[in-house]
Amino acid sequence: MACNPSNCQSNCYGNEEKAEVVVGEEYVSANQNQNLCIKCKTKEPIGGDEGRMFCIECFRSNLYGKFRLAVTSHAMITPTDNVLVAFSGGPSSRVALQFVHELQHKSLKNFDASRDRSLPVFGVGVAFIDETTISPLPSHDIDRAIQDIRLIVSNLAPPIKQLHVVPIENIYSGDGTNRLKNLLDAVSDTTGKEDLLLHLRMLSLQKVASESGYNKIVLGLCTSRIACHVILATVKGQGYSLPADIQYVDSRWEIPIVLPLRDCLVQELNMLCHLDGLKTVELLKGPCSGINGLVSSFVRILQEENPSRECTIVRTAGKLTPFHFNRILESDDSVIPLATRRRQKRYNLKPNESISSESFCPICNSPLNKSDMLRLSNLGSCQTSSDSFGAACCSSCRFQILPKDPSSMDHFYSLLPQPLVARAKHSSYDNLSLLREQIQDCLLSDSEDDS
Amino acid sequence: MEKGEEEKPTKAGSRLCCICNQRRAALKRPKTLQQICRECFYEVFEEEIHQVIVENQLFKPGERLAIGASGGKDSTVLAYVLSELNRRHNYGLDLFLLSVDEGITGYRDDSLETVKRNEIQYGLPLKIVSYKDLYGWTMDEIVKMIGLKNNCTFCGVFRRQALDRGAALLKVDKVATGHNADDIAETVLLNILRGDIARLSRCTSIVTGEDGPIPRCKPFKYTYEKEIVMYAYFKRLDYFSTECIYSPNAYRGFAREFIKDLERIRPQAILDIIQSGEDFRISTFTKMPEQGTCERCGYISSQKWCKACVLLEGLNRGLPKLGIGRSRGPNNDRKNGTKETNGAKSIESKQCGTLDF
Ligand SMILES: [Zn+2]
Ligand SMILES: [Zn+2]
Ligand SMILES: [Zn+2]
Ligand SMILES: [Zn+2]
Ligand SMILES: [Zn+2]
Repeated sequence: MACNPSNCQSNCYGNEEKAEVVVGEEYVSANQNQNLCIKCKTKEPIGGDEGRMFCIECFRSNLYGKFRLAVTSHAMITPTDNVLVAFSGGPSSRVALQFVHELQHKSLKNFDASRDRSLPVFGVGVAFIDETTISPLPSHDIDRAIQDIRLIVSNLAPPIKQLHVVPIENIYSGDGTNRLKNLLDAVSDTTGKEDLLLHLRMLSLQKVASESGYNKIVLGLCTSRIACHVILATVKGQGYSLPADIQYVDSRWEIPIVLPLRDCLVQELNMLCHLDGLKTVELLKGPCSGINGLVSSFVRILQEENPSRECTIVRTAGKLTPFHFNRILESDDSVIPLATRRRQKRYNLKPNESISSESFCPICNSPLNKSDMLRLSNLGSCQTSSDSFGAACCSSCRFQILPKDPSSMDHFYSLLPQPLVARAKHSSYDNLSLLREQIQDCLLSDSEDDS
Repeated sequence: MEKGEEEKPTKAGSRLCCICNQRRAALKRPKTLQQICRECFYEVFEEEIHQVIVENQLFKPGERLAIGASGGKDSTVLAYVLSELNRRHNYGLDLFLLSVDEGITGYRDDSLETVKRNEIQYGLPLKIVSYKDLYGWTMDEIVKMIGLKNNCTFCGVFRRQALDRGAALLKVDKVATGHNADDIAETVLLNILRGDIARLSRCTSIVTGEDGPIPRCKPFKYTYEKEIVMYAYFKRLDYFSTECIYSPNAYRGFAREFIKDLERIRPQAILDIIQSGEDFRISTFTKMPEQGTCERCGYISSQKWCKACVLLEGLNRGLPKLGIGRSRGPNNDRKNGTKETNGAKSIESKQCGTLDF
């Protein structure tokens, strides 16, 4: 019985809703008497939807506090690191850049003040993926945006941060422009095309980070975007791999990815950009269409209807079991300060928890679920490389990215950038016995193994 | 390399069924968008359900099975298809129709007329349990007492119990309900939206309540609502389609609308959501509160009194708010901190309006 909350307060959906609203009302009403910031209780709140509880200073320190807690509790950035901030020009990555910068600035001050200068200051670089060659936007608009981005980065106080403007076709060796265009053209599903581009963007980031000596990539993904991703992954049949994408740390990549703004709402980030005059550059991405567009408007409306909705969605998905790679891996433990390790313990990230050997989709790098692995292990051995590439992909990529017509598969395969091809080789050829092991309980006969 | 040998273009309007390649295609199958003929549609529709029943071992020969029958499209098609398959594939089931009469004038009395006709049409014995008999109150009387607010609390809690009591009276081994793929996909989403990880972990199970008095199963778990409507339409099945007068439902409608939009872009999405629901990595079986029995009526309950008894007590004492929301009731003196979960499960969250189970 899911009911309209206004209709039915008790057994249905209304329940939790009411409780949350009541908490909010208590805040507000307790507050209305004095009309003061709930934290410092001396200054006036900012007003507006997001700022009704905090004054400017407390709002900012609260937001930065969420960032810093995420960074320290998950050992996202340590003194010896060289981190690359992925900057799209939008408010989320703008705030990520700003906060990483502030953190660096503070540790520089500490460094200068300290006697022994024992703790080095981590390095920061910035990457912007330039999609001029495949973007429908006129190239002079993008050029102007890139100029703005250069200005934003160079205007940050020292230490100087290198900006890498990386053409997306650089994922190919040599001039990849045409192959990239043809590859995207070969995907007929609108949503599939958008998603493939997303995966290629990640590939570019990985490539530039690896080539330029960075050891972490910072993404500005916030609660709101993650909430969308939760629903998206669910409707695309990626429920199994979903928890891999939404944790603070994702080390399945060559260069681990960290999400320090995971607990911040996009409204808060917009507000901060507005309050602090942080310049953003927006015209870069076209509106999404297809399923991605549908889901983001669905989540937006849900959020308008109930301002805690996005948090609830992310909290639900946060209860799914993460993967063993959703933490900074063991080998790095020596540089993780003791306090952080203690905190990790508190956050229940035991080293051995959820360890399993996963196989990954060569396109989206998602861990494969049981039925994908079962299909993979049942394949015959004599196959073309394009067939075995297709077989190694997750069912979601098979459905929305790979060509439906098997005769087009060779063509599609020939257009793929090398790193994706390499991932498939790595996962499908070497791992068959490993695969068998993982799905043993699903196999009806073990006669093949009798020896 | 690029010359796919596609099907030869046929004259407009006379496309052949892409399954049998003999008869003219009469419809676009909602699940796959294949153009097929009516006969092939019946066949794939029924065969898929048969496969689901076989693969999930839903039934054993000799079992007594009650079909929760509301008179609506889902349960009507379920009754029809199950009696067909039972005959065709010799399931060896003893089938019954089981209906709940909430006592809603102008709605339930009419839909029950439909079920009574189904009893004759399909030759299945029908049992009707009424709120009036079980609880002493009809929904009309409850609404008169408490107004339109909160009334679905009553119908949800009471209906669930009524179905179990009816099933016990029929001495059946199982109850089959008409929940379809759209319902289950929607429930997955709703559980994510409201943060209910315990229900999320169970809402895609094809059999539920194995720990309860009588297990329930959903043979339509992978069957699209649109195909059920199409089947009922082509077969001219006799069903009742008016929405319940007591329950307009905005939120539900919204999530449902989203699923319909998704289906329009990508029919596969409904199955994908169910797949995600089955695949979610939920480690420790998130525990539901321990089940005991109600001290008053003996029904399973995690509390001293079951939800129905609490609600009833309120009605009978003229305090209808009792048991709704945070008001105090006999359960509140219990010290164990278990958060009360409500009798109505989200999986039963079909719009109160359809009054399907
Ligand atoms: Zn303040
Ligand atoms: Zn994939
Ligand atoms: Zn046919
Ligand atoms: Zn209700
Ligand atoms: Zn009771």
